[in-house]
Amino acid sequence: MQKRISNLPFHDTPEQAQKLDAVIEELKGQPGAVMPALHQAQDIYGYLPMEVQEKIAKGLDVPLEEVFGVSTFYSQFSLTPKGRNHISVCLGTACYVKGADKVLERITQKLGIQPEECTEDGAFSLTACRCIGACGLAPVMTVNDDVYGRLVPEDVDGILAKYLA
Amino acid sequence: MFRSNVLVCGGTGCTSSNSEQIIERLKEEIKAQGLEKEVNVIRTGCFGLCALGPIMVVYPEGAFYSRVTPEDVPEIVSEHLLKGRIVKRLLYQETVVDDNTTKSLNETTFYAKQMRIALRNCGVINPENIDEYIAQDGYAALGKVLTEMTPQEVIDLVLASGLRGRGGAGFPTGRKWQFAAASKAEQKYACCNADEGDPGAFMDRSVLEGDPHSVLEAMAIAGYAIGYGLLGKNIFDSGFDFDIDIRLGAGAFVCGEETALMTSIEGKRGEPRVRPPFPAVKGLFGVPTVLNNVETYANIPQIILKGADWFRSIGTEKSPGTKVFALGGKITNTGLVEVPMGTTLREVVEEIGGGVPGGHQFKAAQTGGPSGGCIPAKLIDTPIDYDNLIAIGSMMGSGGLIVMDETTCMVDIAKFFLEFTVDESCGKCTPCRVGTKRLLEILNKITSGNGTLEDIDKMEELCYYIKENSLCGLGQTAPNPVLSTLKYYRDEYEAHVVEHRCPAGACKALTNYSIEADKCKGCTLCARNCPVGAISGSVKQPHVIDTTKCIKCGVCMEKCKFGAVVKK
Repeated sequence: MQKRISNLPFHDTPEQAQKLDAVIEELKGQPGAVMPALHQAQDIYGYLPMEVQEKIAKGLDVPLEEVFGVSTFYSQFSLTPKGRNHISVCLGTACYVKGADKVLERITQKLGIQPEECTEDGAFSLTACRCIGACGLAPVMTVNDDVYGRLVPEDVDGILAKYLA
Repeated sequence: MFRSNVLVCGGTGCTSSNSEQIIERLKEEIKAQGLEKEVNVIRTGCFGLCALGPIMVVYPEGAFYSRVTPEDVPEIVSEHLLKGRIVKRLLYQETVVDDNTTKSLNETTFYAKQMRIALRNCGVINPENIDEYIAQDGYAALGKVLTEMTPQEVIDLVLASGLRGRGGAGFPTGRKWQFAAASKAEQKYACCNADEGDPGAFMDRSVLEGDPHSVLEAMAIAGYAIGYGLLGKNIFDSGFDFDIDIRLGAGAFVCGEETALMTSIEGKRGEPRVRPPFPAVKGLFGVPTVLNNVETYANIPQIILKGADWFRSIGTEKSPGTKVFALGGKITNTGLVEVPMGTTLREVVEEIGGGVPGGHQFKAAQTGGPSGGCIPAKLIDTPIDYDNLIAIGSMMGSGGLIVMDETTCMVDIAKFFLEFTVDESCGKCTPCRVGTKRLLEILNKITSGNGTLEDIDKMEELCYYIKENSLCGLGQTAPNPVLSTLKYYRDEYEAHVVEHRCPAGACKALTNYSIEADKCKGCTLCARNCPVGAISGSVKQPHVIDTTKCIKCGVCMEKCKFGAVVKK
């Protein structure tokens, strides 16, 4: 899938920079260090800004092209920042046959954004994911760490409202 | 010793419906009642019956509570745990025989036909407590292997059992081990493929969450069998050392393919490589590697302890043993089931699965995920094993089994899977990268009503081309959803292109909603719920849908109590 790349200016805090330095220091020289480094960097920054990828490449002494190749290859790595609340709608097969597409459609209408986008006020970002493994509860969506299952499109308004309070 | 044991399911489904809060609440209430020395709360792995989650079972009575909420907890503690009175309103109704008797879970239709080998400890033990695993004969197989068997005897036993790879392709596990054992090297790896990327499948995850030690034990056994094992040092005082490391994937379907998985473990883009050389000769970091799926490993300790003949007595001649399926879609008992190979699709869907809900008809079952195919209702009596599924144009795959009813359009499902493979094609080889994209374009053309009969033929030809020429398993199987639906539902494809009609009413471009005036009571419910204001009409007068405004979301049809909204 074509990855969207953020063009927002990059800011980091000294704590974030320090944490990233520690990650790089720990992984330096280990075989196969790029993926664990990107995983931990994403935990620190919430996404993978180009500047962070450059730092990882330099720190691990691997070409930037290789780091970028990995960050754009895997679906769990995000190159765009997330909103204050991140919505993920499962479009796995079990959810799809139970109408997950209609749930997603309701959300896009309600928020005026498409998957992989963020609302202008930064309140919500949206992705469509492939299976979170809670197929028994299909269709499923998550908002941050909360899971909502056995959904119908009408549930969407109430769920979103909870996060605006 | 505790007087009662309360098992709460901590599988993905139940955790997602608040089982964690239930456990917290249970502990608080038990403490408040002063029962903490008498009642033990255990968080287990997946029970399998996800449709009824969150699940709680109280022993010694074996009371099976379903759809428990944190608010139900005080009643369970004060009534059942304190006073010994079972809370009947929360019992799974299938287990209730009459007012005073309940039957065991294993006698309910969901469990009666199942046989649990890979899932034997899931929902039974606390997965994070090694002592509970050991109490279930855990690590006895490793002890036996290290103290009584040579590596070759282990391989011979696995070969004799006929165990085949549960990741989907069904390659004999013993042969893989044999090849890796035959390679001479200073260092070798035993890998476990837990990169479960098939959408709609959660078998491996459930085994790892519910019974991780069985996989660790089996990996150590594999390490011993292929030789030069480097978990722990001097295990069972045998001089055998084995170390383990977990590498986190990042979501790429292609990494289910073994060579792609190894590339991913090496920290790179998970692209497959040409075989040979096979992983058994040149695998992870260039050294001989044996790679097996989670469920495959979970079978190993039992095979070692109970023998090849026992394993062969289960299942079919060419596919011995059991298979775990993640049962989902339009089925009553969604969840995780393990059945002997050779069980028919009908038994799984109608008996264990409890059939299709809502008065709908069973139309097809999809196995094998994006690499598999659809099994139509007329083949519902097919015994499920590796070879039968291949023969009818599907495949076992890792174990996703999605049930579809008459409202599912088979062209749309083929399109759904192709969207997935187009996203997930790694891009390394052209037949897969470009071919799947062209297939998807044709499918989009057909579902939007612009397809021709020629497109269908062209698509079929392209499918075979992609199958024959792709580098790895992803591309070689990507056309299967199209080919299998074309094989059994060609008439649906033709209806889309010739009549510009979607028989299942799923393809939006070919479907229009309208209101039948004679059935409409003018209750205004549809108009009030229409998100785009496309419905007009006065109270107690028939309403009308403005098709230029309608977004075909179907809310009106769901809301109408008189069946007046129709989809054509």
